[in-house]
Amino acid sequence: MTVGPVPFMALAAILFAIGLFGALSKKSAVMVLMSLELMTNAVNLNLVAVSRFVTPESMAGQFTAAFVMVVAAAEIGLGLALVLALYRKRRTVELDHIDELKG
Amino acid sequence: MPEQVALVPFLILAIATLGGGVMVVLSRNVVHAAFWLLEVMMAVAGLFMLLSAGFLALVQVMVYAGAVSVLVLFTVMLTLRRREDAIRSLDLSWSAAGIALAVLVAAAAAIASFTPTLPAAPVVTPGVEAFGRALFTSWALPFEISSVILLVALVGAVWWAGGGEK
Repeated sequence: MTVGPVPFMALAAILFAIGLFGALSKKSAVMVLMSLELMTNAVNLNLVAVSRFVTPESMAGQFTAAFVMVVAAAEIGLGLALVLALYRKRRTVELDHIDELKG
Repeated sequence: MPEQVALVPFLILAIATLGGGVMVVLSRNVVHAAFWLLEVMMAVAGLFMLLSAGFLALVQVMVYAGAVSVLVLFTVMLTLRRREDAIRSLDLSWSAAGIALAVLVAAAAAIASFTPTLPAAPVVTPGVEAFGRALFTSWALPFEISSVILLVALVGAVWWAGGGEK
């Protein structure tokens, strides 16, 4: 019994939707960042799966996934640093309480 | 390298991934959600192994399971004043569910119309050695750019999170 690319793409789509739902509905900044990581993982899974089944020799999807990982790592590091800076200023990580553009 | 992707490991890892993803969103406790996120990362690393992307599975375990989840846990614990603050309301909104469902339906339609031009079997996927050789030859420029991105992110994160002079 073997599987093709379509089950992997469906799995990645469902994981992306779960992450999108979390990123849009959560009110804690840390939970939003965690949901964004779920979405990034779904994208990586899709890239690797399609690359594995369609162009296995060139590995283009694997390289793209590796660079997506770099950007995601930078994003989560900066995002959490921003959360810490906001917490030090405002004593909260609730996104509903951080609604002013003034510093 | 395996030429086919077996069904049973895929099903196990798919259930682990989706169940963990649902638990990340549905956990009331932020710390529990962070650990469920760790479980999802490990399951995705297993899926990378299944897709014969061994190097990416290793990077996934090191970067996500090792670094990102620890970073998330540190931030959670630094921004909680009391232990009880970790328990939150679920924050589920119908409009967000609607948007996510619409994206899912659009993706399902795109997948349904996807007809891959699969190469003639058997497929021999290149291993880690070929990956590294290509990374430092034809993908060398993106590799260097990503190192600059990481440096900028490092300096920016220290600048934001430190801010000692205030």
